[in-house]
Amino acid sequence: MVTTGKKVKTFIIDGKDVSGTEDQTVIEVCRENNIEIPTLCHLEGLAEVGACRLCLVEIKGSNKLLPACVTKVHEGMEVITASEGLKKYRIKILELFFSERNHICSVCVSNGICELQNLAQRLGMTHVHYPYLFPKFDVDASHERFVLDNNRCILCTRCVRVCDEIEGAHTWDIMGRGIESMVITDLNKPWGESESCTSCGKCVAVCPTGALVEKYKNAVDKSFMYKKDKLKFLPYLTTMREVKNEQS
Amino acid sequence: MSRTITIDPVTRIEGHSKITIHLDDEGKVNDARFHVTQFRGFEKFCEGRPFYEMPSLMARTCGICPVSHLVAGAKACDDILAVRLPDAAIMLRKIMNLSQIIQSHALSFFYLSSPDILLGLDSPVQDRNLGGIVKANPELAKNGILLRKFGQKIIELLGGKRIHPSWVIAGGVSTKLTEEQRKTMLGWIPEALKAIQWTLDTVKPLLENFREEMRTFGNFPSLFMGLVNENNELEHYSGKLRIVDSVGNIIADKLDPQKYFEYIEEKVEPWTFMKFPYYKPLGPDQGSYRVGPLARLNIIDRCGTPLADQEWAEFRDLERGAVLSSFHYHFARLIEILYGIEKIKMLLDDEKILSTHFRAYAEPNNFEGVGVSEAPRGTLIHHYKINEQGLITWANMIIATGHNNQAMNKGILQAAKHFIKHDKLTEGMTNRVEAVIRCYDPCLSCSTHAVGKMPMKIQLVNSCNEIIDELIKN
Ligand code: FES
Repeated sequence: MVTTGKKVKTFIIDGKDVSGTEDQTVIEVCRENNIEIPTLCHLEGLAEVGACRLCLVEIKGSNKLLPACVTKVHEGMEVITASEGLKKYRIKILELFFSERNHICSVCVSNGICELQNLAQRLGMTHVHYPYLFPKFDVDASHERFVLDNNRCILCTRCVRVCDEIEGAHTWDIMGRGIESMVITDLNKPWGESESCTSCGKCVAVCPTGALVEKYKNAVDKSFMYKKDKLKFLPYLTTMREVKNEQS
Repeated sequence: MSRTITIDPVTRIEGHSKITIHLDDEGKVNDARFHVTQFRGFEKFCEGRPFYEMPSLMARTCGICPVSHLVAGAKACDDILAVRLPDAAIMLRKIMNLSQIIQSHALSFFYLSSPDILLGLDSPVQDRNLGGIVKANPELAKNGILLRKFGQKIIELLGGKRIHPSWVIAGGVSTKLTEEQRKTMLGWIPEALKAIQWTLDTVKPLLENFREEMRTFGNFPSLFMGLVNENNELEHYSGKLRIVDSVGNIIADKLDPQKYFEYIEEKVEPWTFMKFPYYKPLGPDQGSYRVGPLARLNIIDRCGTPLADQEWAEFRDLERGAVLSSFHYHFARLIEILYGIEKIKMLLDDEKILSTHFRAYAEPNNFEGVGVSEAPRGTLIHHYKINEQGLITWANMIIATGHNNQAMNKGILQAAKHFIKHDKLTEGMTNRVEAVIRCYDPCLSCSTHAVGKMPMKIQLVNSCNEIIDELIKN
């Protein structure tokens, strides 16, 4: 995507000459060039946070791995997206996700349409080499239409961002530190009692796993529309952001 | 000095357990106990989960009969929703449930029990498996594999995957049956029918060789319980519970399955994790009953499908009154396979099954729900309670093998008394004791709701609780 008034940078990704404008991130240019990088927290239309670290790439001259979603392009950079080392790291990151909470795909309502599960399959994760922590989180089913299950949350914060940036309600936030962090509504009130929640369902639509779901529904349900229609929902997010950018 | 014989592990049954045989001071068999020493507590860990996740969560209790748990769990959820299910949903669930029964019975009979029947209980251990059957009677092995596949293929076609399908959900099923799927399934019927008929013709004469086992294999008076439909025919999905006594008299009929707790109670013993359910009005001893294929065929007035009814008439001629010998569980399973295939065809022939109404939508309207169905091994009860948010606060399951617990203990004692004459363990003797258990095809991981495997052996223990003989089986 080349926009006038912005400087164009030319550089190399996986040995291929590519170009992008100065405000673009590595991930954006990769996607434009059909170079696949796994992501979880990144969602087109939302601000980047670099939380999941799945999009790590190697950049020549840098001694650390950098997340492609928050790394801006610059002239002459050389990016490697799929070295053996990176593949191993990504699988390890996935394993850590699985060990941190209670991700039991076989009984999960999002089984089959979960981004975490899909990535694990796609990247060839076969085992979890870390001990499972089996934390105990209560399910919050106080909302009329939706359910929050922190057992299945990967702390990508997509819900927090979509609620704040697109819906403008900022119902969601993160409480706690490290792996004890959890998403909460309002000031850790039950979701059903939240005054700021508009029940728009955007958080449910963007949740990559089964942490935020529609009540009484599961993945085999035709009417599990929020999650299944993610692809239809994405252009909407992008449009919303473009409108916002124009206004500011 | 009295002694105890322990059989540990019992091989070729689903799940793991231990048997102890207690000898009295004269070295005669005094008591036999079937221990289940593992505990999984499924009921505990579903607390706090949304109720509509229960069918698939509960399906995880068992790798052999997940569909049965799905069905009973979904029925309990229907009860919480307080909905009337569309006909197509009921019919499709019935087909799924019957396919589960067919494939499980095929596994039990052909893979686990037929070696004993075809090759004899005293044949070498290394031959008494499906491999031995392939050598001795390839046609039988072929039909066994075909029938198991028949059940599995239908489950796969409807549910998407063979094991743990999540197609049965609260309020119905998740997708409509297509004309193409219907045609495919109907196409599988003739071959399956031929296979089971051939098997029945082949196996029935063989059963004659087991006169002694029939007399001594869990052949004792007991009650029998199971579901019957409104015409008092064989039923595995809906209907009411009926209990008959050993003479064949109906002692309780049209019991509302939803109110099982009014007439079934569970006794706990310190030496096993498996509870002992019994029919309340008659007390823990008199009220113990058997469930499963034998019980189902004992309680009905007829099967309700033409071919199965012919076989059933022969079955009822085996004994006057109810058929008591647990050995006939094998015959009963074959009849049920035949019935299942015929019934599936009947359901598929009905145009209603293609209806676009296959699911009822509702929010919870009850704080409590009970679902009862017939699993391969017998009556299965799921009972859930929820809070205002729809999260599970309490769950209870009574599993087929649990119902049969008392009967298994009685059966082992009977076989042990007959076959154990000296305080030494022999392969043939211990095999007979184990074979008694296998008649019930117990599914121990379900009945204790327990995960993982546990090794098992046979022990002989005296009155001072000293092990005087031991036989470890792998
Ligand atoms: S996608 Fe870049 S860190 Fe999550």
